[in-house]
Amino acid sequence: MTLIGWAQIALLLTLVLATAVPLGRYIAAVAEGRVRILHPIEAVLYRAAGVDPAQGMGWQRYVLAMLALNAAGFLLLYVLLRAQAWLPLNPQGLPGLSPWLAFNTAISFVTNTNWQAYSGETAMSHFSQMAGLAVQNFLSAATGIALALALTRALAAGGVQALGNFWADLVRITLYLLLPLTLLLALLLVAQGVPQTLTGAAAIEGGGAIPLGPAAFQVAIKQLGTNGGGFFGVNSAHPLENPTAIANLAQLWAILVIPFALTLTFGRMVGDRRQGWALFAVMMVFVIAGTALTYAAEAAGNPPHIAAGLNPADGNMEGKEVRHGIAMSALWAVATTGASNGSVNAMHDSFTPLGGLVPMFLIQLGEVLPGGVGSGLYGMLIFVLLAVFVAGLMVGRTPEYLGKKIQAREVKLAMLAVLVVPACVLGFSALAALLPVALASVQDAGPHGLSEILYAYSSAAGNNGSAFAGFGADTPFMNTTLGIAMLLGRYAIIVPVLAIAGSLAAKPRAPASSGSFPTHGPLFVGLLCGVILILGGLQFLPALFLGPIAEQFALLAGQTF
Amino acid sequence: MWTLLRPALVMLGGFTLLLGLIVPLGFTGIAQVLFPQAANGSLVVQDGQVVGSDLIARRLEGAAWFQPRPSGSDAGAAPSNLGPTSAALLDAVRARADGGRAVPADAATASGSGLDPHVSPANAALQAARVAAARGLPLAQLQALVERHTEGRALGLLGEPRVNVLRLNLALGAP
Repeated sequence: MTLIGWAQIALLLTLVLATAVPLGRYIAAVAEGRVRILHPIEAVLYRAAGVDPAQGMGWQRYVLAMLALNAAGFLLLYVLLRAQAWLPLNPQGLPGLSPWLAFNTAISFVTNTNWQAYSGETAMSHFSQMAGLAVQNFLSAATGIALALALTRALAAGGVQALGNFWADLVRITLYLLLPLTLLLALLLVAQGVPQTLTGAAAIEGGGAIPLGPAAFQVAIKQLGTNGGGFFGVNSAHPLENPTAIANLAQLWAILVIPFALTLTFGRMVGDRRQGWALFAVMMVFVIAGTALTYAAEAAGNPPHIAAGLNPADGNMEGKEVRHGIAMSALWAVATTGASNGSVNAMHDSFTPLGGLVPMFLIQLGEVLPGGVGSGLYGMLIFVLLAVFVAGLMVGRTPEYLGKKIQAREVKLAMLAVLVVPACVLGFSALAALLPVALASVQDAGPHGLSEILYAYSSAAGNNGSAFAGFGADTPFMNTTLGIAMLLGRYAIIVPVLAIAGSLAAKPRAPASSGSFPTHGPLFVGLLCGVILILGGLQFLPALFLGPIAEQFALLAGQTF
Repeated sequence: MWTLLRPALVMLGGFTLLLGLIVPLGFTGIAQVLFPQAANGSLVVQDGQVVGSDLIARRLEGAAWFQPRPSGSDAGAAPSNLGPTSAALLDAVRARADGGRAVPADAATASGSGLDPHVSPANAALQAARVAAARGLPLAQLQALVERHTEGRALGLLGEPRVNVLRLNLALGAP
């Protein structure tokens, strides 16, 4: 680790902190319908859709509207990908995708996962990228934020039924938050060298070609929407997708800023900003701790490689780009997995065992640190309910959060939401570790092979999308099971979350009394960190011992496979 | 049912038109006008022919050329994705290090993209001796050239010092 490495990390986190404050305030204004610059476009959409944006929806209607949009989006994307060969803007004449791959990819983009079992430059036409994948990048991100706003309104109000209007939330978040930020970031990225053109690859004199396309716009929304799906196969490690240190910093900022800002939006909307800062603090603690661990592990390097003659001061450079170096690759790995983004600027498969364990564990903790746009906030609030429940058990009082009683129904639903990811990850991984058809996808021998399986299902169920990319994911078995894991990891959490929102909205908000457990101080921040580690992480520990931890010991002993 | 489906279809169709076609196509036009070089892949043109991109490694075979980082795959430019305890990776690293001591790590490892256009200044300095010998040029001349092509950190802080191999080789010219 170097001082200048830490200075870069500190600069990025300071930038996120400084911009999250005004952005959080702005998102609250958008959510409350106070931003109306593009009102004519809004009005056209509402009229065509037959929607009254002022009409509130109960939780069931809110869920149904969200599911209808996502189901329609899945079908359209599936058809576009299958029919790619007959559609325009296909300069390389690429064929349509196989049914398995189209199924997996369509689910992946609709659920905000962006797991990619294909390489963009050799599988996707410009039309598929632009009108198919990028549109879902916007809509899945707006869906997540809308759901977080619905849960926030449920906590902010007392004795109501309505959680807001899904269509109004969707339109406003897209037009006023995602679109302007995307245009700004895309412009910066083009200036730094990310292509934005409709032509195909440029041939090089003497052989080879430079892949081109409308990349910058899509790269911008993939980061801001915590989608993460690369325009090119190697994602933001590709020099055309992430060409400079400035582009790298801007993309890192884009990954983190909205999830962090949403905690502050939450604080404003519930009328107590300290509540937002407490959630912000929990997320930041994990990001900093995770970065320190990963950076230390990667900077320490690979002992057998050092014994083979590599300069020990250089750290583990396998799978990393020279322009980004160890510090910014380690920070990126933590940001992209903490935030449910899934884009990579270095290959996680080639990280040291401990350096790869941290990103995997951050996904397994439930994608709440800071989590995806919206999904991070509602996921974190689920842990908050469990934390106040645990605190209530310890002192023998009815648990309360923001003056709302947390009762059996909410706790049961919260436990359901928290158990979905571990059940998917451990269940599917155990199955895959037994089936020869699944084991054919594993690249590395030894404990690292198990890590590849675990990482794949963690990434899918956590809706992250990054991979230990040596893993051969484009098989019918993997496309199907990973697709199911993505579906469960998204909707089997969303539905209980909205059910909780519905039941909380109806409860009155009692004023805080001297007996209330304060949920904004350091004590609560510590408790919440503990609950996330224990409830979110403990069930993964045995599997992690068999994978990355066993591998770390093997590495220290100089054993290879 | 229709009251549920109609908004879903209208929103999906409207946003596909807006975010999938109108805005990105308009943005492409703006990018082409403002940053024509960068928006088209930062291509390097020499004597009217595209010889590569500033952002993509290009390997010129032979000891007389500076070499970009090793490829992770025999099939072409790609990361290896091999795990830290991979025996195949250790063998490859040993072969590339070739018994050297304190070899710059980027000289013996594959990059994340397989297309890394840069090498570390230490790697370039190490190669300068070989290139000088192959071309019969004084080492000091090569070292000065490497130094001129070394890019620092952005704003003195961000990223890592590096040397663009294609630019360095173009400055060298044919042996």
